[in-house]
Amino acid sequence: MRDYVTFILNNEVQTLSGFAGDTTLLAWLRRTRRLTGSKEGCGEGDCGACTVVLARPDADGRIVWRPVNACILFMGMLEGASVTTIEALSDGAGGLHPCQQVMVDYHASQCGFCTPGFVMSLFAAWCNGDGLEATAIDDTLAGNLCRCTGYRPIVDAGLSLVGSDLPAFELARRQTEAELMAEIAHDETVRLSDEGAARKVAFVAPASAKDFTEFYAHNPDATIVSGATDVGLWVTKQQRHLPVMLWTGRVAGFKETVEIDDHLRIGPAVTHQQAMSDLAARWLDFGEVMRRFGSLQVRSSGTICGNIANGSPIGDLAPMLIALSTEVELTAGIKMRRLPLEAFFRDYGVQDRQTGEFVSAILLPLAPAKHFRCYKISKRFDQDISAVMGAFKITVADNVIISARLAFGGMAATPKRATHAEVALQGAPFTESSFRAAAAHVADDFTPISDMRASAAYRLQVARNLVVKYGLDLTGAGSVRLAGRSGLSLTGVRGM
Amino acid sequence: MTPPDTGQSMEIQTKRGIAGDIRTPLRHESAHKHVAGTAIYVDDIATPENSLVVLIAQSPHAHARITAMDLSAVAAAPGIVRVMSAADIPGKNDCAPVYGDDPVFADTEVNYVGQAVFAVAAETMAAARAAIGLAKIGYEELPAIITIEAAIQAGSFLGPPATMACGDPDEAIATAPRTLSGSIDIGGQEHFYLEGQAALAFPGEDGDILVHSSTQHPSEIQHKIADVLGTGNHSVTVETRRMGGGFGGKESQGSLPAITAALATHLTGRPAKTVYDRDDDFMITGKRHDFRINYQIGFDDEGRIHGAVFDQAMRCGMSWDLSEAIAARAMCHADNAYHIPHMRVVSHRCRTHTQSNTAFRGFGGPQGMLGVERAIDEVAHHLGLDPLVVRRRNFYPHRSAPAAQHGITQYGQTVADCIIQDIVDEIESTADYTRRRAEIEAFNSANDLVKRGIALTPVKFGISFNTQFLNQAGALVHVYSDGSVQLNHGGTEMGQGLNTKVAQIVANEFQIDINTVRITATTTGKVPNTSATAASSGTDLNGMAAQAAARTIRLRIRDFLAAQHDLPTDAVRFFAGHVHLGKTSISFAEAVRAAYLGRVSLSSTGFYATPKIHWDKERGQGRPFFYYAYGAAVSEVAIDMLTGENRVLRADIIHDAGKSLNPAIDIGQIEGGFVQGAGWLTTEELVWDDAGRLRTHAPSTYKIPACADRPAMFNVALFGNGENLEDTIHKSKAVGEPPLMLAISVLMALSHALTAVGSADYPALDAPATPERLLLTAMRLGADHG
Repeated sequence: MRDYVTFILNNEVQTLSGFAGDTTLLAWLRRTRRLTGSKEGCGEGDCGACTVVLARPDADGRIVWRPVNACILFMGMLEGASVTTIEALSDGAGGLHPCQQVMVDYHASQCGFCTPGFVMSLFAAWCNGDGLEATAIDDTLAGNLCRCTGYRPIVDAGLSLVGSDLPAFELARRQTEAELMAEIAHDETVRLSDEGAARKVAFVAPASAKDFTEFYAHNPDATIVSGATDVGLWVTKQQRHLPVMLWTGRVAGFKETVEIDDHLRIGPAVTHQQAMSDLAARWLDFGEVMRRFGSLQVRSSGTICGNIANGSPIGDLAPMLIALSTEVELTAGIKMRRLPLEAFFRDYGVQDRQTGEFVSAILLPLAPAKHFRCYKISKRFDQDISAVMGAFKITVADNVIISARLAFGGMAATPKRATHAEVALQGAPFTESSFRAAAAHVADDFTPISDMRASAAYRLQVARNLVVKYGLDLTGAGSVRLAGRSGLSLTGVRGM
Repeated sequence: MTPPDTGQSMEIQTKRGIAGDIRTPLRHESAHKHVAGTAIYVDDIATPENSLVVLIAQSPHAHARITAMDLSAVAAAPGIVRVMSAADIPGKNDCAPVYGDDPVFADTEVNYVGQAVFAVAAETMAAARAAIGLAKIGYEELPAIITIEAAIQAGSFLGPPATMACGDPDEAIATAPRTLSGSIDIGGQEHFYLEGQAALAFPGEDGDILVHSSTQHPSEIQHKIADVLGTGNHSVTVETRRMGGGFGGKESQGSLPAITAALATHLTGRPAKTVYDRDDDFMITGKRHDFRINYQIGFDDEGRIHGAVFDQAMRCGMSWDLSEAIAARAMCHADNAYHIPHMRVVSHRCRTHTQSNTAFRGFGGPQGMLGVERAIDEVAHHLGLDPLVVRRRNFYPHRSAPAAQHGITQYGQTVADCIIQDIVDEIESTADYTRRRAEIEAFNSANDLVKRGIALTPVKFGISFNTQFLNQAGALVHVYSDGSVQLNHGGTEMGQGLNTKVAQIVANEFQIDINTVRITATTTGKVPNTSATAASSGTDLNGMAAQAAARTIRLRIRDFLAAQHDLPTDAVRFFAGHVHLGKTSISFAEAVRAAYLGRVSLSSTGFYATPKIHWDKERGQGRPFFYYAYGAAVSEVAIDMLTGENRVLRADIIHDAGKSLNPAIDIGQIEGGFVQGAGWLTTEELVWDDAGRLRTHAPSTYKIPACADRPAMFNVALFGNGENLEDTIHKSKAVGEPPLMLAISVLMALSHALTAVGSADYPALDAPATPERLLLTAMRLGADHG
């Protein structure tokens, strides 16, 4: 057990102890270290002005550079990682890094406040050699807001980096980074606290599943933190005092996604970004929604299980997982149980999670899902929370719909299935008109609310229409996808 | 892909002339610092250990009487150094820009949710946040007026309606072959500058205070702080190096953070900083005004407008702020590029219990312009004509027309420089408008699931402050004895490239490389009594003033060298880093050195006041604008008719920047303005609940355009033949605000797409056109797929 955190900042090893566990990386950088290049634009992980790059080896030992929002990242989460900030990009002799130089050359900064964050997002993609292509750059930059440029010059700057040479100073930097990460690696549990403070906040990062479950069994009031993309806001926006935070991110085995007994088992610390390729490979639409889920920064920190555990009625994942008949696994000490995901969500903010239990996995059946489709409706395509999220799956035999699972988010206090509409589909012929008929029953299933995202009337109408859209998609009558990365995607629609 | 020729390699001498001259695409003067994180914003300034942070405690009620205020528990809380409320203000409890109606701290009554009631100066922000909840404040809630509709019903206005008119609109409408009337609701807009409001105050001797403020208006901040502290302007210095975006939101709204920081410093003798958290910024500060515009149009079968009446109701919020001038600009742009001989514009300034709305890029112009664009769109729909045909038939006469035929606006100004026809002709061709429109209509008639739309809309925007006295600027130029130049002017840098352009102007005047010109932070200590950097006028005003200052020094050096070398003054010429003296030449630095040794003053102020303009505020008549800037855009959109989701597929823009001082910066303003305008009209929706609480107060709920929201195809060009007829700085035109209104083409394209539903009814699409609004509008028109 250690009472200090060890990480690398701009290729220098940092060993810190005796600070509040809810200290964010951005606060530490800006106030304690006076590294003010990383900016605070929103304090909730939505604008990307605080983007820094966090490097860690992945399961294969290959180093992955992830852009993260420093404003909602707790210091303890840096254990073993290498943090690179905007201050460290230059070549050491005052020359700009290629990711900086292109931003200058393309006139890609105006007020300059968002610029360090953009540069760091480009830098992460450039290091990984992935994400700067024309088909990917919008996703790479979706988590960075710019109010001045209209983005075109930033995108052009990013595109120009594709295939650029790796300068010698960058090779040296990476080598040092890898060596230092190997040097500081260890397998001890880390426990940080600010003993003596009036308002103590401890941060506990167990190294093994045994340590984790034991600690939680003895401290059931601890707040479990995975990516802190939600818990971070409890601290920065709600000033909540979380006396003990328990982090999943360091637990051996918690980051695993495995195929087991016809299920895909996603562990408690698997991030959205990590899971995305596994999910997209099996369910194309799942991947498309994930691409628009949060931003790269949020997906790089936030976890699938954390998202489920928080039980948001407007989360995008739950409807998709429910449509796929996913089960949630809960663990308390040595006890473990499973239940269908839709049964986990009991009421607004209330989940079927007993004292001492944590979401230890979700299990997705690997049965074929040919007719699985997802539709995310939001004011803005990227990095927005859904007004309505629909995820649907049917099975068809001999042109008859055998079973139907129509799950919605944003329509009730919890993610919920449209059971009346499902009944209407079951046994109906596999034709467009069956879906139109079923759509009418959505009104029997939901009484949505009006809020800042949408009115009740729109929610109900668009939920109905999504069932119609689903029918059109499946029966080949016409498919319209405006949010596809290639822009407008129309199939079966005449004239395009 | 190769980068554009930026000319930014300052070390590289251009073939002839100087590096970084005017008309070159010089990169932003701070670009290398922006990308390295070394550009300093207010919250980045290193502060001493004893510095305090200030947090404002906000009203939870939209309208209430304060019956009791006990802040003793707040004062006693750990880490709290000072509590500040109205009673602690030594001078005047006001931070309003014009009419003295914005208390720094609410005294007897609160008038919106978010209004400052008191503030704490604390050791840490955590201590401040924990403490403010301990206040015991008694409120007696009063009825609150939140919306424009409620204000109209209750007769809640700031002043009587303002009117601007020409001809006899009632008669013209009554006798016109056709008439129609309609209404459009236009939502407001949050500035969402990436850097929130921020100010940092340092104590000086004799009670003097230095304030670093993220503001477009250092002089006003200086004056307001002096008033609040009950001291003279000379005791307060306000400095602004740069802002992380302003867009009008830091014109008047920077006062409260600056005043609270200065007050804390005044009361404690310690440095103090007020930086708004994003949510606080949303809750406290005003936004772009939302409008309801009712219109009545008389027109003929060809779509020529005979007469028009526009009734503009705008939500001002709890006080005037800049709403009077904003209303005037909205009224002055109710014609846009169209000559409507008989016209009346009436402005109702609604007083509501919400944030006091304020300047935002366009300053009322966008809303006024959208009113007439909507009316024209409806006239075209009524007549079954392409709206472009109707637009063309109503344009102001071209500048080449005989002067007697030039149109006169509803405010009495002759439009003598109209080039909208040239721009529209060009973009119609380069954007292939006519063919694409036909193709889109064919597509729409064959498809119900998706509808596409296209629209071409013009912009004519008046340049100059509507408030005449603001059209002045000062600058201060020092030439040091080594030939290097330090430049200061009254404008502020918020990303728009003002400092870059002004430095180019000075480099050009002295004929020296740009890297020998150093631009310094705007400060009231160097250039006093400045106007806000606003109304797109930053370069027009400050560029002229800086040029005048540089010219004064250049002429002094010239006269000295002419006398010294016994040459006529016209034989002394400054060119490309050198001063030519008849047949010989010396370097600029040598010339400066000689002048210094000859005891010539190498420092000068410069001043500029815009000529020709005059304005009678009461009558709404005069020549408020020195000239007009023009532009046009073609936008194409697609709507998913089952969900209302939509995309801008392509946008083409040609915009008139006159003879551009810096084409790269101007293109950046155009692209950025367009995308910001498109956000205003599509995804950016401000939602207040019935109790007057803003529910969209963070980027999680308020959606400005993200990267993928830029048009998939985006062709932007400067108008090639642009030239200012007036004597502006190097014949350029202002470019800050006008391009925002090019985005009206997006809303009109969405409207066009909705006409494809096939209803005889006009879509009457309100803004912002969110997916919800589009779907519900389509359903009203009869589209039904569910």
